[in-house]
Amino acid sequence: MIHVKMKVNGDPTEFLCDPRETMLDALRDRLNLTGAKEGCGTGDCGACSILLDGNVVCSCLVLAAEGQDREIETVEGMAAGEDLHPLQRKFLEHAALQCGVCTPGILVAAKALLERVPDPTESEIRYWLAGNLCRCTGYDKIVHAVADAAIEMRST
Amino acid sequence: MALDDLRTKEFRVVGTRPIRPDGIDKVTGRAKFGADVTASGMLHGAILRSPHPHARILSIDVSRAIAEPAVKAVVTRADFAGNLEGEDWNVLENIMAGERALYDGHAIAAVAATSALSARDALKLIDVTYEKLPFVTDVDEAIRPGAPVIREGAADESVPEGLHPNIVRYHENGHGDVEKGFAEADLVIERSFVTEATHQGYIEPHACLAQLGPDGKGELWCCTQGHFAAARICAKLVGIDASQLRVTPSEIGGGFGGKTTVFIEPVALALSRKANRPVKIVMSRSEVFRATGPTSSASMNVKIGMRKNGDITAAEGEFRLQGGAFPNAPMEFAAMCAFAPYDLEHVRSRGWDILCNRPKQAAYRAPGSPMGAFAVESVIDELCNRLKLDPIEVRLRNAVKEGARAAFGPRFQRIGLIETLEQAKAHPHYMAELKPGQGRGVSCGFWFNHSGETSVSLALSYDGTVSLSVGTPDIGGSRASMCQMAAEELGIPYENVRTTIADTGSLGYNDISHGSRVTYASGLATIRAAQDTIRKLCARAAARWEIDEEAVVWEDGHARPAGPNAGEFEPLSLAAIAADMGETGGPIAGHFEITPNGAGVSFATHIVDAEVDRETGAAKVVRYTVVQDAGKAIHPSYVEGQYQGGAVQGIGWALNEEYVYGDDGCLQNAGFLDYRMPVASDLPFIDTVIVEVPNPGHPYGVRGVGETSICPPLAAIANAVSNAADVRMTHLPMSPPRLLKAIQEKELG
Amino acid sequence: MVDVVLWSSLRRFADDKTSVEVDADTVGGILSGLIHLHPALKPHIERGVSVSVDGTIIASGRNEPVAHDSEVVLLQRIKGG
Repeated sequence: MIHVKMKVNGDPTEFLCDPRETMLDALRDRLNLTGAKEGCGTGDCGACSILLDGNVVCSCLVLAAEGQDREIETVEGMAAGEDLHPLQRKFLEHAALQCGVCTPGILVAAKALLERVPDPTESEIRYWLAGNLCRCTGYDKIVHAVADAAIEMRST
Repeated sequence: MALDDLRTKEFRVVGTRPIRPDGIDKVTGRAKFGADVTASGMLHGAILRSPHPHARILSIDVSRAIAEPAVKAVVTRADFAGNLEGEDWNVLENIMAGERALYDGHAIAAVAATSALSARDALKLIDVTYEKLPFVTDVDEAIRPGAPVIREGAADESVPEGLHPNIVRYHENGHGDVEKGFAEADLVIERSFVTEATHQGYIEPHACLAQLGPDGKGELWCCTQGHFAAARICAKLVGIDASQLRVTPSEIGGGFGGKTTVFIEPVALALSRKANRPVKIVMSRSEVFRATGPTSSASMNVKIGMRKNGDITAAEGEFRLQGGAFPNAPMEFAAMCAFAPYDLEHVRSRGWDILCNRPKQAAYRAPGSPMGAFAVESVIDELCNRLKLDPIEVRLRNAVKEGARAAFGPRFQRIGLIETLEQAKAHPHYMAELKPGQGRGVSCGFWFNHSGETSVSLALSYDGTVSLSVGTPDIGGSRASMCQMAAEELGIPYENVRTTIADTGSLGYNDISHGSRVTYASGLATIRAAQDTIRKLCARAAARWEIDEEAVVWEDGHARPAGPNAGEFEPLSLAAIAADMGETGGPIAGHFEITPNGAGVSFATHIVDAEVDRETGAAKVVRYTVVQDAGKAIHPSYVEGQYQGGAVQGIGWALNEEYVYGDDGCLQNAGFLDYRMPVASDLPFIDTVIVEVPNPGHPYGVRGVGETSICPPLAAIANAVSNAADVRMTHLPMSPPRLLKAIQEKELG
Repeated sequence: MVDVVLWSSLRRFADDKTSVEVDADTVGGILSGLIHLHPALKPHIERGVSVSVDGTIIASGRNEPVAHDSEVVLLQRIKGG
């Protein structure tokens, strides 16, 4: 077993893991943060998206042991207390989720987009989110919600 | 159960777009899906799967696996019930092979171990001896003379004698004399079509947590479209009483029909019983592709005759669907739905259900209908092109309306096909100019919609808020529409209702969330349960006022005297009556149980613009408009979402998605990288028009909306691509190699 | 008597009749009557059928009333995905 110390959503965390264990498994099974989902385990669906030192990664493709001394952000860290992140609010207002299983990964990926590109075009949103599969919505309301969140975040 | 007269008045909550009640859970990561729970002492299960498409299982030696300290149980077919028949036996045979492995990925044995990794490692210690058998994976190959027989004697009485044993069911419907009709046509076109198998593609793999004790009492947590049905079939498969197995549905990460049956749940229960510890099983994505419900692949012929004025004189279709190594490919629905939009004097449809060495097909959104529509609507498009007729005008000329005889037999009640066509014709999309290299396609589609067993209960709290329990898992925001209907009927705010999906121990039997039935059937039962509650509220008011119950009416959330003769009393709010319900007769709750019969059928018309790259064969959808009859949209955002989601699943099916089998009979693309579903950058916005022609069988006029949205896209996209490429595409998906080949063959003449 | 229209592949199990006259006043009565008159229909009906009565598709209810002038059509069992 490997001993790993990392920061998750700002909190110092430590755990033991098997060398073969993924970051996704460690988050879900060791740290009980089940917001990130395993849709494929091969980095194709993006349901397990997290931020690793600010970059979007598929946590199913990162080994848990690689987390040593790194900073992780998950969907559980997006809201500030009672205040939802503008993306979370806009997803609800626009009904941008049906089943909701892809939603955590898409929210995390969209947050990283808006931190880099505060005023994305429709194409930029679509290509940035091309690594996040959604089977329910056809992405329509997701793209609208991200664009609307960007407007709100620019005006505040 | 008629459309309520009082509903001619304005709706207050229905038709608005409130935030869904489970919304915050789902945007914060709190919502618990199938794989998100654990239990103390929990083991992890893993399933060994056949690497062969068809093989006799000569022996299974589990001794090396069970000798591992981490392994606590191993099960094979011998650990399941042995007395099953019919579809129950088919389900068991699919989730754990008996004498033969019938497809690549067929479950052979399962282990439970102390960690997921050690369970997976232990699978390598199970020694299976196979005798490889000849196999067939293609629907047309499977019925050629000499094709290996998947199951001797599997054909039922419907199959005429002398056909290949892999044809297990036969269906025919229609009326009139098609030969006479074809003779009256100015142009007759006959074409053959193929659609490849696709997967429902839900993002959440199947997952469950099971506990079954030696006393035959069990608990099951799983992602399912129907936990009552799961309880019934799981209990049968592991040989316990259904009521002793309490099933709690998790949040469900997509289903689209694929989670209407069970795969891992009975296996987890059997492992749990053997180990006497809770067992969790989570499928990998490749297991989902190899062993859970793809839809059928289809091979079809359609012949249609048309007069120069656009009247269809006769239509005939043959629909051959394979459903894997098990019967029940939805060929009858392909045959029944294909011609349903048209008022035809002479029509005949025939369907064949064919066995192949592929996984057991599972329902996928309007099973059978999209394929049939693809074939029929493609021929209509070609007829319109050849006769230089407008495709919407031709469809309007032939469209069914109330009183018309459906191709599948009965006369239609009130339906909205013509309204969808009129709205499509008037839509700016239909008037817009196409750019060079683009083509436009139109298609109609039809689905029955389902009703099913439904049980709902509604309980008041002392503070006047309402707890609504329904038994249909929420697969796309249905809790919001249930809250809306309850609030509408009771005359209270939306926020005052909380809807819970009750477990199997808490409510009467509910059919699965399938067949576009939830908003219709659970909605109907919710409205009737609210009316039952209102009767009880009025009785409490009558008692307090010491007047007859009939002299009390319920308006705007208050009990009021019915008229001046009833006396003068201050109206009593729901909250006021609830506040002292304990002393005025006891708790107040309403309930309703029914298998309703008024599920209204529904129609849609889609318009698609597509662009084709003649160098690469790549096709792209550049504009898409869905026009569909919802009857009444309770929460329009989620209705639009169903329209958009169905259209995009159709885009995937039409352009990219397919099960690719190799010469070895094994699935070649069991992962999202190679099974290419649409991503955000592939797509335009999907425009939606909600048509509302009320369903007379629902108090507010609701029709199901989930499935009809996937009926027109295959044809509409194929028509757009064919018109853009100037070559008729008859094989889906129109993947770049397939489209490029068709373009090149046409150019070479 | 109620005239019950069969889907066409069922006709060979009912002496090639397009429809069968049954004395019944419920959906269940119709199904029992069909089996009584044409026993070869039994396995098809027992596997599950739906019945359209004046355009209302009764997916599975046997107790639904049927009038003697109702238009009744036998359908394959309706389900969904």
